[in-house]
Amino acid sequence: MNYHTPESFEDAAAIAAAATGTTRFLAGGTDVLVQLRTDLVTPDDLIDIKHIPGVKQITRREDGGWRIGAAVAGAEMTETAALCADWPGLVEGMDLVGSTQVQGRATLVGNLCNGSPAADGVPGMIAAGCTVTVIGPEGAREVAVEEIPAGPGKTTLDRGEVITGVNIPPRGAHGGDAYLRFIPRTEMDIAVVGCAVNLRVDGATITHARVVLGAVAPTVRLVPEAGEAIAGTTLDSAALDRLARAASAACHPIDDKRGTIEFRTHVAGVLAKRAATIAYSRAKGDQA
Amino acid sequence: MALDGQKTAYTYIGTTPDRPDGLDKVTGRARYGADISLPGMLHGAVVRSPHAHAKILKIDTSKAMALDGVKAVITRADFPDGLEGEDWNLQENCMAGDKALYDGHAVAAVAATSPLIARDAAKLIEVAYEPLPHVTDVDAAMAEGAPVIREGAADFSVPDGLHPNVVRYFDSGRGDLEQGFAEADLVIEKSFTTEAAHQGYIEPQACLGQMGGDGRGELWVTTQGHWFVRRMCAAILGTEATGLRVTPSEIGGGFGGKTTVFIEPLSLALSRKAGGKPVKMGMTRSEVLRATGPTASASMDIKMGMTKDGRITAASGTFRMQGGAFPGAPVDVTTMLAFGNYDIAHVRQVGYDVLANRPKQAAYRAPGAPMAAFATESVLDELCRQLHLDPIDTRLKNAAREGTRATFGPKYGPIGLVETLEAAKAHPNYRQPLGPNQGRGVASGYWMNWGGETSASVAISEDGSITVSIGTPDIGGSRASMALMAAEAFGVPYENVRVNISDTGALGVNEPTHGSRATYASGLATIRAAEDCITKLCKRAADKWEIDAEAVTWEDGCAKPSGPNAGDFPPMPIAEIAAEMGETGGPISGHFEGTPAGFSGSFGTHVVDVEVDPETGRTTILRYLVVQDAGKAIHPAYVEGQFQGGAVQGIGWTLNEEYIYGEDGRLQNAGFLDYRIPVASDLPMIDTVIVEVPNPGHPYGVRGVGETGITPPLPAIANAVREATGKRLCDLPLRPSRVLAAIRGKG
Repeated sequence: MNYHTPESFEDAAAIAAAATGTTRFLAGGTDVLVQLRTDLVTPDDLIDIKHIPGVKQITRREDGGWRIGAAVAGAEMTETAALCADWPGLVEGMDLVGSTQVQGRATLVGNLCNGSPAADGVPGMIAAGCTVTVIGPEGAREVAVEEIPAGPGKTTLDRGEVITGVNIPPRGAHGGDAYLRFIPRTEMDIAVVGCAVNLRVDGATITHARVVLGAVAPTVRLVPEAGEAIAGTTLDSAALDRLARAASAACHPIDDKRGTIEFRTHVAGVLAKRAATIAYSRAKGDQA
Repeated sequence: MALDGQKTAYTYIGTTPDRPDGLDKVTGRARYGADISLPGMLHGAVVRSPHAHAKILKIDTSKAMALDGVKAVITRADFPDGLEGEDWNLQENCMAGDKALYDGHAVAAVAATSPLIARDAAKLIEVAYEPLPHVTDVDAAMAEGAPVIREGAADFSVPDGLHPNVVRYFDSGRGDLEQGFAEADLVIEKSFTTEAAHQGYIEPQACLGQMGGDGRGELWVTTQGHWFVRRMCAAILGTEATGLRVTPSEIGGGFGGKTTVFIEPLSLALSRKAGGKPVKMGMTRSEVLRATGPTASASMDIKMGMTKDGRITAASGTFRMQGGAFPGAPVDVTTMLAFGNYDIAHVRQVGYDVLANRPKQAAYRAPGAPMAAFATESVLDELCRQLHLDPIDTRLKNAAREGTRATFGPKYGPIGLVETLEAAKAHPNYRQPLGPNQGRGVASGYWMNWGGETSASVAISEDGSITVSIGTPDIGGSRASMALMAAEAFGVPYENVRVNISDTGALGVNEPTHGSRATYASGLATIRAAEDCITKLCKRAADKWEIDAEAVTWEDGCAKPSGPNAGDFPPMPIAEIAAEMGETGGPISGHFEGTPAGFSGSFGTHVVDVEVDPETGRTTILRYLVVQDAGKAIHPAYVEGQFQGGAVQGIGWTLNEEYIYGEDGRLQNAGFLDYRIPVASDLPMIDTVIVEVPNPGHPYGVRGVGETGITPPLPAIANAVREATGKRLCDLPLRPSRVLAAIRGKG
């Protein structure tokens, strides 16, 4: 195994592009090192991006948006009060990944690149309308987060491409987001279903909503019909029921040891209602 | 001195000092199974079957042996033939013979100069399998046409006409069931299942073994019982027991699962083949779940009858349990304890021990009792609900008491079931108001406890401090309990006593820390050995005073003349006698060897409040109360810890823990991610009440308390879920999808 510590993303991308065997980028390592230790993956080239300047920085942009570096640990996001105030749903999704110890290492970009449909950090990013910056042999590009996952363990990134960070849009006025997941326990588990909702209100009326489901399809899934089900409403019970139906209808889950198709489909609707209610409350400025 | 009769007033017993091993454990100094290394040590790795059931056609080890750094490879051919009974079962389980019997069954092992080389070498061992049809479910395993795990495994107890996978059969009872059910105003009959649950000890199996060609060796190992390990390893390897000295490490949990062997004989066999170099081995969590023993899974039919005023008129139960590919599912205990809480005239219990393609079961906290309690206490609860009777009052009405003839035969001595029920009824938790989707459940449970072979020594040091040597590894704070009992017996401060867990070379045979026996049996042995010591100490004082030994008494750590007639001498402290012992007759120590038989069982009653999310089926434990009889709580905080630990493991077994097998017969959740033991945030503080009905068979009244606590949670929680949802769930675990399906009418 070759262990690389490039000092720029261009170098990192070049090493990956030139590699011929199994390649892994290493940031927090909470997926990669576990796979290594359990003998699931033994990379030929392990490219540690933590030595690249700026990768561990959270930056507030001039337009009010945020930039989260590729090696920023979850705990650093949770401890950035202004970020939590802007995007509580996005941050709480990331915060659900692993334990306190894992939070000291795990990264938002890693959670995305691991390609799990159950990733807790990803639905909140998609609901918020985040993009990621990708550097590769062809240069840099900005890609919507929902375009990255390709299936369990897979992304749309080409060989030699690496994500440098997440771009979170400005929160703006009267917006709120929330993320909920269902697990059988209270901690240390993988989502059986996850749901993020991000919406904006004008008075009591929702003007726009994005609803994203996790763990109910091969990838985390943006469900436009679910957002439409509550747009223009005051989130009355009829709107919530429409939302639940739209969310359940968008599910294409599997039966596995973590949950049945029937259970996941039903609970997706339940979580959509509950997450929308929290996001709505936050958007209206109610006390959480 | 009052050696006879039971003490009632104590100086040290009942206090809660820090455990002597605590500082080492919280600072990382304590040495566990994997914490020892030796010069020239090799590292072992095991090749395990990927098949649930397969013929082993050929094992080619040549590529592994050719790898640089590999020093030994072993297969079954490296173990002696001709073993019988449980010795054969153990050998076959540690290393497969003609067939791999379950996913994870060891088929070969390798020792190399580094863990990574050993792992790589294990991958180079080529095993040719012929997969066979498999069965992992107990009901399927005894059905017509099920694959036969092993012909001729059944013992004499099995009636003709049953499937060869049924290897033991139990049938017991009394009275006239027909008459009993006729006397009932309501009869309820239901079927239940429970899944296999693992002990979930935090420390995986680990050991360091060394054995020469002469069959002499040493083993450092995490275990509940090192004499058991010695006997089992010697049998499996074909060596003499005394040739092997086994030293127990600190132990990171066992709960019954570390009363047997898995990798230990392999490390010794590898060492023997590698010219006597020590071989270190440790299991991964995945190996622990695939290849060590969980408890059995069960399928049960229960029928109980009750009068309108709450008297149980008759009860019958059929219990089918699989404990893996070997005999040993604890269905004997299940049938024995199924209705043991109650005074029932007409009762029958039938049990089947069934083979299946799963790992060999091992003991798990009150083996066999929780499954039975789940089924019988669920039916009892349903009778109470349908007859509008209070569950505690109804249990009080039927409770076994001193003099009751147990459903399994003997008459109970002094027991504390009634006291636990009364304390539960009086506890504020039983009167807390409940909200929507909340429910309260009650259940009682029992474990009969154990005595077992026990050997202990007590030695006086030159400065008068005291060393207690026992042979039961300290899992739950027993060093503290022994030190308290020794302090009480000698009348010296707790801090003046040091308790060592001796290796197999230093004491006579000791059974493991199992059967809730350590505080009872090693405690009794410690007290008796202390009394032996005290007799000798008194003799030294008598000799010095030139009076009869009978005229000397022992009080508060000093020898004293027994009265004015005996002479007028100032008390002689233990330190003064110890300082001179070299000149007054030599070292002073006391001993006990025996099989204490005065153990007595512990009853418990649990009250749990739950809330069930009606939209997701998830159960939250709101409040949990354990009331249990400790006889006499030597160290009350550690007694409470046992109560809480039992409850927590029971909560896990009830809500989420299960072995999930795929169609291919392979275990799908061999890790703590998907084998879901409760995490701290899942649990409320577990409330406890210690009831003390002294056991007349122990000098201080001790009853074992370790196991009873896991017995009531399964039915108590299911009964609470029944109240919260209106649904009687008869299959464990109560995973959310199952509960939601029941709520939505699809269960």
